[in-house]
Amino acid sequence: MKLVASGSQTVGPYLHIGLTWLNRDRIAGPGVKGERVVVRGRVLDGGGKGVSDALIEIWQANAAGKYAHPEDRQEKTLERGFRGFGRIPTDAQGRFRFSTVKPGRVPGPGGRPQAPHLNVTVFMRGLLKQLSTRIYFPEDPANREDAILKRVPAERRATLIAQRKSRGVLEWNVVLQGRNETVFFGF
Amino acid sequence: MKALPHYHNLRPSTQPAYDFPFYASTAKRHPTRPLVVVPQTLSEVTGPVFGYDDLKATDNDLTRQHKGEPLGERILVGGRVLDEGGRPVPHTLVEIWQANAAGRYPHKSDQHDAPIDPNFSGAGRTLTDAQGRYQFVTIRPGEYPWRNHYNAWRPAHIHFSLFGRAFLTRLVTQMYFPGDPLLELDPMYMSIPDEHARRRLVSQFDLGHTVPEHALAYRFDIVLRGRDATPRERA
Repeated sequence: MKLVASGSQTVGPYLHIGLTWLNRDRIAGPGVKGERVVVRGRVLDGGGKGVSDALIEIWQANAAGKYAHPEDRQEKTLERGFRGFGRIPTDAQGRFRFSTVKPGRVPGPGGRPQAPHLNVTVFMRGLLKQLSTRIYFPEDPANREDAILKRVPAERRATLIAQRKSRGVLEWNVVLQGRNETVFFGF
Repeated sequence: MKALPHYHNLRPSTQPAYDFPFYASTAKRHPTRPLVVVPQTLSEVTGPVFGYDDLKATDNDLTRQHKGEPLGERILVGGRVLDEGGRPVPHTLVEIWQANAAGRYPHKSDQHDAPIDPNFSGAGRTLTDAQGRYQFVTIRPGEYPWRNHYNAWRPAHIHFSLFGRAFLTRLVTQMYFPGDPLLELDPMYMSIPDEHARRRLVSQFDLGHTVPEHALAYRFDIVLRGRDATPRERA
């Protein structure tokens, strides 16, 4: 590598000034096919307190399992206007909420399909570089054979799987520290 | 099966640790367990794509977003977005935010006793061109105190947010100014372990881009995680 990479720095407490313009809590517009879901949850610090100045970003495929990106060369259809990107700040209690469609399966290691998942990036004051994690869907039989979930110690996998609260409403939390600490990934 | 790009690991000395006691807020906000390292898949080597439709004409000129001109020293901030192999990252979104010339953000959490400038919001964004170049017109931000430790002051800085080509090239960083005596006292700046990597976050005075009788210029190149020149077969 010829050049030294730029180091990450925290978003700090005033992140909203630069980032709010691109807030998106409706990831799939009305013309997008698929099972509609609302995901809600909280970002909790090591003391169990809601983090009021966090931001999460979502990156996902559509229901056909296609990403809106030129290097996804799968022959699958993509709805016009579907970007697959969400950006949601937490509120004063550390809560967030967004709506989308459940993504389809995308290829994983060896070309084998992964279980449906949302890719999540977490930013906040006090976090010097972002955290990456995933949201998987409850009661999906594909979870059992997912190559990424298999790499996670069995007793921690539940931190990556949302819980169904009611029809179409899922709960998933970001727990920064402690017994139920969320699994964060390095790639 | 089409081949996917593969991204290199960043050298750890170029990146801060999550747990960094000098920056007090990391105490309850860092993960205590190691990251679970997993293979890169299509999900990580793709990422959101933005275009000119997402932007307005004044988005990269922070001095023209209000009726009047902001107070302070007008500056140009520009450079290139590259990957570690030196290749430009074209057409990628660059977002910035910063304090005004007095060191104050127009934000409910900012209680510093310094004036808000009604002609300065302190936010901008742009796309890099085909050669990875970008430029902003702005005001030199002021330093400001914070409560991390006794008599703590942030060096003048501009926050930068970039996407690059992929989910795993996402970067939020800060640009600093050359010769700032506060840098070595600053937990954020000092959180980068390697001295060369720290200097990467310090812009350079750029006489060549200075506009006579109008504005000084600073050059700030941003280097994102690099990838193999030719894609590997999918593992």
